[in-house]
Parts: sequence; structure tokens; C-alpha cells
Amino acid sequence: MPVATPKKVKKDSNIRVDAQRKVSGKAKFIEDVEYKNILHGATIRSPVTHGRIRGFKNRDEIKNMPGVKAVITADEIPGDNIVPFVKEDYPCLAEKEVKFYGQAVALVAAETPEEAKAAAETAELIIDEYPGIYDSIESMTPDAVYVGGDDNVHSYFKIRKGNIDEGFKGADVIVERVYNSGHQVHCYLENQGMIAEPIQNGAISVKGSMQCPFYVHNALVKVLGFKYSKVRVVQADTGGGFGGKEDMPSIVAAHAALLANKTGMPVSLIYDREEDFHTMSKRHPSRTRIKYGATTEGKLVACEAEYIVNGGAFCTLSPIVAWRGIIHITGPYEIENIKADSYAMATNTVPCGAFRGFGQPQVNFANEILIDELAEKLNMDPVELRKKNLLKPGSKTATNQVVGSSCGMAETLDKTLDKIKFKEHKGNDKGPVKKGMGISTVFYGVGLGAEGKYFAKAGAQVHIKEDGTVFVAIGNVEMGQGAETVFNRICADTLGCSYDMVEILEPDTTRVPDSGPTVASRATLVGGNAVKDAALKVRDSLFKAAAQKMGVKPFDIKIKDGKYISDEGEIDYVDVVDLAYLSRERVAAQGWYKVENVSFDEKTGLGDAYPVYSYSTNACEVEVDTETGVVKVNRLVAAHDVGKTIHPPSAEGQIQGGAAQAIGYALYENLVLEEGKIVNPSLSGYTIPTTMDLCDVEPILVESAYDEGPFGAKGLGEPPMVGPAAAILNAIHDATGIWFRKIPCLPEDIVKELNKDINKEPKELK
Amino acid sequence: MKNINVNFNLNGEDISIDCEPAKTLLDLIRDDLGLKGIKRGCEIGECGACTVIMNGEAVASCMVLAPQTEGANIITVEGLTSDDSLHPIQTAFIKKGAVQCGFCTPGMILSAKVLLDNNPAPTRKEIRIAIAGNVCRCTGYKQIVDAIEYAAELMK
Ligand code: FES
Ligand code: FES
Repeated sequence: MPVATPKKVKKDSNIRVDAQRKVSGKAKFIEDVEYKNILHGATIRSPVTHGRIRGFKNRDEIKNMPGVKAVITADEIPGDNIVPFVKEDYPCLAEKEVKFYGQAVALVAAETPEEAKAAAETAELIIDEYPGIYDSIESMTPDAVYVGGDDNVHSYFKIRKGNIDEGFKGADVIVERVYNSGHQVHCYLENQGMIAEPIQNGAISVKGSMQCPFYVHNALVKVLGFKYSKVRVVQADTGGGFGGKEDMPSIVAAHAALLANKTGMPVSLIYDREEDFHTMSKRHPSRTRIKYGATTEGKLVACEAEYIVNGGAFCTLSPIVAWRGIIHITGPYEIENIKADSYAMATNTVPCGAFRGFGQPQVNFANEILIDELAEKLNMDPVELRKKNLLKPGSKTATNQVVGSSCGMAETLDKTLDKIKFKEHKGNDKGPVKKGMGISTVFYGVGLGAEGKYFAKAGAQVHIKEDGTVFVAIGNVEMGQGAETVFNRICADTLGCSYDMVEILEPDTTRVPDSGPTVASRATLVGGNAVKDAALKVRDSLFKAAAQKMGVKPFDIKIKDGKYISDEGEIDYVDVVDLAYLSRERVAAQGWYKVENVSFDEKTGLGDAYPVYSYSTNACEVEVDTETGVVKVNRLVAAHDVGKTIHPPSAEGQIQGGAAQAIGYALYENLVLEEGKIVNPSLSGYTIPTTMDLCDVEPILVESAYDEGPFGAKGLGEPPMVGPAAAILNAIHDATGIWFRKIPCLPEDIVKELNKDINKEPKELK
Repeated sequence: MKNINVNFNLNGEDISIDCEPAKTLLDLIRDDLGLKGIKRGCEIGECGACTVIMNGEAVASCMVLAPQTEGANIITVEGLTSDDSLHPIQTAFIKKGAVQCGFCTPGMILSAKVLLDNNPAPTRKEIRIAIAGNVCRCTGYKQIVDAIEYAAELMK
């Protein structure tokens, strides 16, 4: 029974604004929103990975099944049969050809979810099966089956800097290796879901789980053939996204909207776990070939790299993923001569898209193991080797961008090593369980960068009510990462009011102009600056009102502890609002922010790729059971330079959670495809870490303020996911003496390699 | 299939309801009784988002069929307190930053309650074991373990 129940949690600056509704079960995720007379949708999907659609055998039978209200195929789409992403290749419903297992072909709406599901399961499509291609390397061969893109290439980027041949000529030591990584599944705990509803004046309103309401808005305009003003998109509480709810919700929403448009009734389309696994985007599997050249003193002089990702059947966001990959592929080092190429290939597998880190965890895992392999060859300490080459203020990145003053790279490294006691770890592991330590370093371009610069903007609206409370309308969403709280803090701190006076409204595309997606750790930087811009405009009114009262000039006023202060006196924030209302000053304003100064030359691959970078170091201690191959991460220290921290508990939460996903990525999460079809589409088949698999991550926040950021902040959503995999594999090498170059690195892989070693030369492991 | 009648106590209230025998407790609570606090994450007992307390045990309500609830005593997140105030576990979750997207949170809190009802001063290891069936993809669990430790203190 509850004891000593506090009436309300005391307002304290560490509390998230969305926490209260979430702990009490009152948060409204899309399935929790109640509608009257709602229909339920289901999707009829391709049973093959590649084929030509000949027809729909029992359409009439399905239409007459109990409860069924509508069946829709591609020919009935009122607008264009395209869900717009980077390219326009992904049909809303397959018309002639299906390209992956589970691709949507038709839709049904029925009175109950069971009836809709029964109808979808009864559907029989007539399809001539084609041979499929499932592997990205195979997809590159000249006689490969054509799947999509340009000769099966969804996107290609390159970087050419300096003179690569001369560079390697000047190297005393060269190492070259190939690294592979598998799919990773987002496993947001709430599956995808949308409810579409016809509203007044022939418009359609869609509400659901999503990261990017404006993408969804664009998709509905396209598919329904509606004007922009006839669509409204509202984000519901969203049960995790991690990139998986960046582009995919556009498809779910378009399907729900088609059904609502046809039936004239609200329609709910909620996926179950298996459907979500088969059809929604994943992290791209990759093959990275990378080669470093260095002098005997450990100076990196050249790097050549080739990054190939499996983009799946449609392009979706592959170009942006492949681009982020190539920008970061050479590692957080200053290297003069660089040649890098990245390819996103088309295959008959589920389309891959955005996932926390966006193509960067794959390349970081490769270059950060290779740097250790190089250190071994140079007979040099891997920390020393890194230190000789790490980016610092003034050095140049792979794209020749000059690193700005907000660069805490070296500091994150030092603090991490210090905390984990890197030097003192060699120990007494006599038994079959061997201990090891490893590190990895990361630089991370914040936001979408030059390749996504069209989206690099955000709006917000700040509106003060009579009693001083504030509505903030935003275009970037809360999905668990703490954005609501960050916006709340930025607005309250700008106006000088208390945190509990600021209400963040649910994102609604009719309230705020297109603010781009909530991805790439950009919500704080871009969305936060927009909130700040709006709040500053309203604050001008408050300054004016207060100045008038005190008989001073507006610029003579300062804000301190909730008071507007000048030499002539002080007035409480609430009273200033009162004055502003009395003198009819403007109390609402729109804010805007756009990212300037990013550039990328497609020919050379050079330019100022991102507005700013954040930096991090991960170090871990692992235990490898050499009999079972089981690896346990005992400790993981993660130091992040994130500019200034706006809300420390959320920042820690991002580090803990991101590292957990990275540990899963490195050691457990194994999506198995057979002939292009996922064979373990469940949380027991595809295991993500539980409490028993993880240790408490030890976070360190290094603050090197970034002038352009709101209150000096840079953004922290993605970096925690990027570095740990390489640190773990480096630690496994430290423990076993074996380089593993594939993730997930599973117990069976480890046992196999260890046995190989023993068979070769029966020497005792170190 | 013919409907059956089941009787159980939900959050202190006696319920008598007719439903199909194959209905899960999850559907019964969410769809028929309208309490949306418990979540649907997988419907095959793998995620713990649908956790309720049934006769003092944390169970996945998606794995319980309506007839099995006859005479049972069931608590959901809505039943943790009788008015608008918060249970100390909820307070602790807020204070320790244990909530991100919040989808796992109601189930996590109920698993924590069962633990603390039986073991008022658990170790971190015991806490980890008690919530091993509740998956959270956002937090990495550390702040959740912190919160449950702190809740134990609050409830002393
Ligand atoms: S919904 Fe019951 S365990 Fe996942
Ligand atoms: S907070 Fe999102 S799943 Fe736990």
C-alpha cells in the first residue's frame, strides 16, 4: 500500500515535463486515443520478395466478408502513387511489381481489428515470382537482377582529398581490413500506428506515432492529391522512434488516410510486432573496406575507404545514411590524403533507413578497430596513436572543414581513460574467463548537414496568456529523448518565468511551418533556437512594458530570478505580463531558425559538411568466457562533449539508452534473413538487451560551449550509439588476442575463432 | 463462440463482465473496461508492456485469458493510488529520470511494486532480476534501477 504519498512532485529543475503523465498511465499513445465509430485497417502484403503482380484473385470475396467496409488497391489512389522520401521510388501500394517480402499491395477497412485482419489474411494475390537479389555485393555485379536505382545503386558519394597515391607512398606502415555489420531493428516499444479522420471542409486529419509530422503532411498531400491546407498532422505521444519513425510513418499514415478518405470514417491502422519487423525500416547492413597509412612515428598520412550498405528495395533515406557514413569514415583524425566512396545498393530486402547514428555506427566500428590494428602493427599504444592524430580546434576534417573552437575531443579521451583506469587494467585472469579493455573515439556532425540542408530549419510559436503561463507550439517532437523538457527550459529561461508555467503543445502541422524532421540530434539545436527566437520577440514586449513602468529604456532591463530588474526597481515576471497586456503589446510571436554555412561539393566531396561536431570517447571492460564465447560488458565509460547541457538527467538518459542499443548492436542483436525474408521477427527471436545484459554506463559530460546553440548546446541524441561497438570489440581483442571484424559478435563466432586458434597452435591464450 | 461471464476485482472495484472466452486480459482491460494505462507491445509475452499485478504477482496480461481471471485481484497503473496523488514508485521514476518515451513505464512500475511489496530493501541485482521481463528500449535501465532503489527508501 502506498505510504507517505506526496501530493505532487515538488517542482524541481531536474524533472521532465512529460514524466507525470507517463508514470500515471495517462499519456496518450495513439492506441489510447478514443474515437467513436472507428474502423480498423489492415494491409494486404506481398508473400514474395520479388515478382510481377498479375491480379487480385478474390477481391470480391474479401469485400463481402463480415464487417468489411472497403478494399483499396493502387488504381484507386486519388493522387500520386508515391510516398515521397529522398527519391520518389516507393509506391504507396505496389501496382505492377513487388520488391520485398511484406510490401503493401492493398488495404482493407473493417468494423473490428479481427475482421480487418481476417480479410487481409484471406486475400490471394496472383504474382509471378522473379528471382531476387539479397546481398549488396551481389547487387553490384554486372549481371545482377535489376531491383532499383541506377544499376542497383540507390546513391553514391565520394571524397577526394590530397593525393592518395603519394599519401600511401609516404607511409611506413599500411593496414587494410574489411568489416561487416548486420541489420539492426529499432524495436521501439510501441509499434507503428496512425489514425486518420475526415474533418470539416473535406480535409483529413492524421494523428499517430511519429518523428516527422511534416514528412507525413507532404506524403498525404501527394497520395491524396489534396492541397496542403486540407491536411492536418498531429503527433501523439510516441513510444520510441530512434529513426524508425522518421520516414516510415508516412507510409502508415498514407494507408490510413486512403481508407478514411474512401469510407468517410476514422480509420485506425496499428501494426503488430511481426508486421512491424517485416516491413518497417532497419539499420543498413554494411561492408566497410578501409586502409590506413602511417609513418613509424604514428602520423596518419593516408586513408582509403569503401563503404557499401544494403539499402533494400527502395531508396528511402539511404543517401543521407551513406553520406553521413562517408563524411565520418576516416575517423576523428586529421589526415591529409583521402579517397573514399560510398554506395547504397538496392536489393530485394526490407528497405533500410534512419536509425540513431545514421550510417555512422557502421563506419566507426570499422575505423576504430582498424586504428587499434594499426597501433598493434606499429607496436604503439592505441591511445598514443589516437592522440597523435585526433581532431582539435583548427585541424581539418576529411572534407577539409576547419574544426571550430567547440571541440572537447581530447578532453573526452583523457577523462574517460582516467575514470576507467585504462593503464592499470592488466590483470589476473587465469581461468577460462579473460578480461580486456578497449576504447573508441567519435566525432559526430550535428544535424542533417549539407546533404539535408533543405530541411535545416525550424519554426516555433510562443504565446503568453494573461496569467503569465505560456503556450509553445513546436515543429520538432518529443519521442522519449526529452525535447519537450529542453524546449520548456529554453523558453522559460529566456522569458524569466518558472518551468511549470510553460506548456509545450502537441506538434501540429497547422500551427508551425515545416520544421524538418526530428532526427540527427537536431531538435535542441534547430528547434531550440526557433523557440528561443520566438521567446526573444515576446520578451521585447515585456521589456518595453517594464521599461515604461520603471521609466527606463528597454535595454536597461535585465532578468534575474523571475524578476525584470533595472536601476529604478524590479517587477515580477507575472506583473510584467500584466503590464504588457494593459498596454496591448504583442504577446505572441513566431520564431524561426535556419542553419547557415553548410556546403558539400559532390565532385570532390569537400566542404563544410555540418554546422558543428560533437565529440565522444567510449572505454569499456569486458569479460570473455572462452569456453562459451559469452561476452559480458562489466564497465562502460562514455564521455560526451555536447556543448552545454540544458537538462542533465535527459542527457544522461540519452547516453545510457544509446549505449544500451550499442551494446545490443555489438553483441546480441542478430536479424536473420533467409532468401530475403526475415525469419526471426519477434522480440524473442531477435533479442535486445534486458536488465540482465547491461551494466550501469558511467557517463561523463564535457561541456565546451557552442556559440550558435541555444545556451551553448549542440545535441546528444545519436552520438551515444556510435562508439561503443568498436570499444567492445577492441576489448574482446585485448582479452582474447583475436580481432573480430563483424557485428553482432556472437558467442558462436567467438568460440569458433578461439578453437581455430587452438587448432593452429595449441598455445595458452595470453 | 459463446460468451462467458467472469468476475474479478480490478483496482479495488468488483467487475462482472461477459466476454469471449479467448479474450486476453489485456484486451479485456484496455478495450472493454477502457483502462489504457497498460500497453500492447507484442501480445506474445515478450516485452512486459502489458504487465499487471494479478493476485500479488506481476504477469503479462496478454498471456492471461479471461476465464483465468475468475475471482482474481488485479491491479493496473490506474489503481496504484486512489486519488490524483502519486505512488512513491511513480515519484521516484519522475525524480530519477527513469522515464523516456514512457511506453514501458506503467508495466515497469507494477513489476517494481511487486518486488518492493515482497522485498522492501532489494539490492540492485535483485531489482534487475525483478524487472528482467520488462523490456525498455530507451533508457538502458540504469535510471530505472536507480528509481526503484530510491522508491524503496521513500517507502521505508
Ligand atoms: S504485450 Fe504482453 S508482453 Fe508484450
Ligand atoms: S522509456 Fe521507452 S521503452 Fe522504456
